[in-house]
Order: sequence, then C-alpha cells, then structure tokens
Amino acid sequence: MLKVQNLTHRFGDRVALRQLSFEVKSGEIFGLLGPNGSGKTTLFRVLSTLMPMEEGEVFLDNEALSKSPALFRQKMGVVFQSASLDKKLTVGENLMHQGHLYGLSGATLKRRSEQLLSKFRINDRIGEKVERLSGGLQRRVEIAKAMLHQPKILLLDEPSTGLDPGARRELWNFLHQVNQEEGVTILVTTHLMDEAERCNRLLLIDQGNKIDLGTPTELKAKVSGTVITLESDKANDLHEHLKGRFDVGIIVMQDSLRLEWNHTSGTRTPSEFLGQVLEGFGSEIRSASIAQPNLEDVFIHLTGHAIFEGDTMKKERI
Amino acid sequence: MMLAIYTLWRREVVRFFRQPGRVVGALATPLFLWFFAQSGFGSSFRLMTVNSDISYGQYFFPGTLMLMILFTAIFSNISVIQDRNEGFLQAVLVSPVSRYAIVIGKLMGGMTLALIQGALILLIAPWAGIPLTWTTYFESVMVLAAVGFVVTGIGFMVAWPSTSVQGFHAVMNLFLMPMWLMSGAAFPAESASVWMRWIMQVNPMYYGNVFLQRTLYPVNHPILERLPSSMVCWILLAVSAVVLSVGCSILVKRYRAII
Repeated sequence: MLKVQNLTHRFGDRVALRQLSFEVKSGEIFGLLGPNGSGKTTLFRVLSTLMPMEEGEVFLDNEALSKSPALFRQKMGVVFQSASLDKKLTVGENLMHQGHLYGLSGATLKRRSEQLLSKFRINDRIGEKVERLSGGLQRRVEIAKAMLHQPKILLLDEPSTGLDPGARRELWNFLHQVNQEEGVTILVTTHLMDEAERCNRLLLIDQGNKIDLGTPTELKAKVSGTVITLESDKANDLHEHLKGRFDVGIIVMQDSLRLEWNHTSGTRTPSEFLGQVLEGFGSEIRSASIAQPNLEDVFIHLTGHAIFEGDTMKKERI
Repeated sequence: MMLAIYTLWRREVVRFFRQPGRVVGALATPLFLWFFAQSGFGSSFRLMTVNSDISYGQYFFPGTLMLMILFTAIFSNISVIQDRNEGFLQAVLVSPVSRYAIVIGKLMGGMTLALIQGALILLIAPWAGIPLTWTTYFESVMVLAAVGFVVTGIGFMVAWPSTSVQGFHAVMNLFLMPMWLMSGAAFPAESASVWMRWIMQVNPMYYGNVFLQRTLYPVNHPILERLPSSMVCWILLAVSAVVLSVGCSILVKRYRAII
C-alpha cells in the first residue's frame, strides 16, 4: 500500500535518512521504532508531506509522492506529536474546520463527526473548548479529527507523548478499534517498547538506517536464548570477572550487565547458569533477573546501544 | 477551495473574539496613542502649508487607524509562527487545500479584523474634530479593509520564514513600524526629505493613509493638493493585494520551514 524506496534526506552534512526502503501492507499497524534522533520524525514529516522529499520515492497505492502530493494528502490522516487542535475552539469547531479543509460539509460532516466522537466516547464534550479537556481526551479528539475524511492510512508521530500509562493503553485500544472497524492502515512512530509490541510489524531504525523489519515475534527471535540482567554497583569489574569464566554475550550498561544466554553457553538452563554466576560472584550482584528477550533487547543486540538516551553501553562478545 | 478559505477566515475571526485581551488591546492601544500624541504634540505641530487649520488630533487620526491595522497584522501573524511550529497550521499544511487558499483565508481574516475595528474606531471621529457622513464612513471602512489585507500580507511574508516569535518581533520593529512611520501617519510627506519621500511612495500604507486623509479631511484642504488621487490609491492598493497574495502563496509552497 505504502512503498518507500531509497529515501534519503540530509540536513547539511548530516544524513537523517539513508537509502531507506520498506513497504507497509494494507490494513496493518506498522511501527517505526528507534531512539530520538534516529530519523523517525524526519521520515514522518516527509511521508506526511510537511517536508519536501529530497531523494528516493514514496508510493501510496502506486501513486508517486513526487508527482501528486495533493492526492497523498487526501488519502492520509495525520496525527502530530504536538497538538494540532486549536485550543481556543470547541471540539465541534475543530472537527468542522478539519472537515471543511477536506471538502466535507453540511449533514455529511455532522454525521461523520458524531459517529467518530461517539466511537471515541467524547460525544458529550462536543461543545467544550479543547483547552478544558485532559491530555488523553485531547489526543482522542486529535485522532477523531484525522479520521474524519476516512483516510486510507493514518500516520501518527509518537502519539502517546505526554500521556500517563492508563491514557496510553486506552489510546492504543482506540487505535486497534479504528484499525479493525474502519479498516484504516496505521503507521506509527515510537520509542516505547510497549507501543511497539502492539504493532503488527516493526521497522527498527537507527541513525537514519534501516536496522531490521519484521513482526515483534520475528524480531525477538533474533536474540537467541534468554536475557539475564545483573545489576551491580561495579558493573565493569563484574564484567571483567565474568568474561574470564563464561562463554556468553555480555553488554555492559551503566550499572548493569545484560547477558544473552543460549544452549552453547555450557549450561543446560538459564537458571543453572545464573546459579553458577551467583555462586561465584554473588557478593558483587545487587539483583538478577531472567527474562525472554523483549524488543529493547533486540535493538541492543542489533545496534549495540539502547533506545533510550543516556544508557551508554558497549557490546562485547567473549 | 471556497470552503477552505471560508473555514480559515472564520477561525481567524472567531479566535480574535475568543481572546478578550486582544479585542481590548486592538481598540484601546491606537486610541490611547492618538489621545496622548495629540495632547503632547498638538501645540507644537504646524503644517508647512499655508492657511492650515488642521490640528494634530485631526491630522493624526488616519494615522491612528493605520496603526490599528498594523497591530492587527502583527497579532494575526504571530499566530502563523505559533501555529506552524506547534499546532493548527501543521494540520492545514498536510491537508489537500491549495496553498493559495491558506494565504487568502489568512489575509481575509486580517482584512475582516481591520474592517471591524476600523468601523468601531471611526465612530469617534467626530470627537476628534472630523465630521463623518455615511459616505465617508463607508469609504474609509472599505479602504481600511484593503489596507488590512495588504499589511497582513506584508506581515505574513516576514512571519512565514521566522522560526520564533522573538525573531519576528525583531524584524517587525525594524520593518513594519518604520513602514507605519513612513506612511504619512505621524508626519506629512511634504515635510520629509526627498529620499524619504521616495521610500514613502513605494509603501502601500502611504496610499491607505492618503486615501483616509482625502476622505476625512475637509474637501480641497491645501494639505491634500499634492497627494495622489483616491483612484490612484485604490489601484495601487489593489495591485499590492494581488502581488502580495501571489507572493505569499509562492512562499508557502517553496519555503516549508519546520522546527
């Protein structure tokens, strides 16, 4: 449905997107997962036509973006990271303006607005000024607004920024609902693991490069085995001690170590392995956990660094 | 296209009335300035023309209306910067609406606000010693609307590439305020030096001001003798309006600044 081919974007000397290619299938929820500054927002802005395309091409239903940006705009619904609602206007007025911009008016516009507002359970707030709504409700209005003209694809840039976990969960339930009921394809950028887990497929992106693409399950299968996290006040010392004794991949983080255990590591189970580690170096370890790999582990495994900023790590294979 | 222009225009006007501070500021500021300027300069102001019987209060009245338009243009263009970086305008830019409609909606908004405020401020003209008839009232309001459109357009050209409100203010102080000063609003063109008169003649606000002077001052007053005719003022304002709306649309298309 949406096909991106060799998309490259530069800001002066810095390359924000490098030869990026991928395809979003009709009806899926497609996630762009990467740390801040990875190029997600640049990609979002090029796709939403907010920024002109430099190199490469994007196709939506076989129509090229470079040839017909107006057609793209008609078929897309866009939800920005920052609110695009006019806070001085009411919920209803915001929807009315949006409808007019997409050529909807009169009874059609009214019917569609009411339909969406009741779907998002905000129909009782239609006459209220947006500035009086909570962050979670504003986001819902924002999505209702983007869905007004029945777009084929909905683009969302970090939609849960500034929302508490409850509101975030609720937002995702609504996204799944419109995906199912309206059949809209969804493309969402995120740096949050729990959001990424809820996508059908994910593109991992780092420093403008495509790292990997697949379903969350496929991606997690890239990390062989089990992830053992050891928290320690002296992570570097512990790293030195462990690498002399065990044959496992170790990633050093600020005050913890991540070990990727698998069957080649010389022990039968991860708990047996952990038992040996604790026996030898228990005094240096504050806490230990065993878990199946999550998407963060996948990202670390593939890029050598975490999605969140501030986690300075180095990856080493011993 | 018409629906989009209408909706953008309507939002501009509704927003104005939803912010009471803006309404009060837009009306009170020029009036205060007029009051203080005529009280202060009044006695030292003498027109160079012979037989002048125009007081500074009368002279400065059209200038006050011009100042009101300048404020309108400034405020409605500050929202361009805010909206573009964090709001409504982003959504407008990704919609299929033509860029020309975006500009016209905005400039018509500026025009309407100038029209409403002008219509109100003009009502006090008789207290400033300027008699009003229905015709002069109507003509003045029309020309204020036209100047509102043009000056909002000039402000738009400055605001669109600005990335911050502060940056816009700096350019505005450097550019829009002098434009007002050189419109003949505060002092007559005749008393200015030759080079300044040249600058004044390429300033669209000058023609708005001249038109108002022609309409509001007594007929055949000597001060009006060497000024461009009302017809010339209208033509030049219309040309400026067309040039600016096309210029703004090109700017919106070409220059997609995003923070």
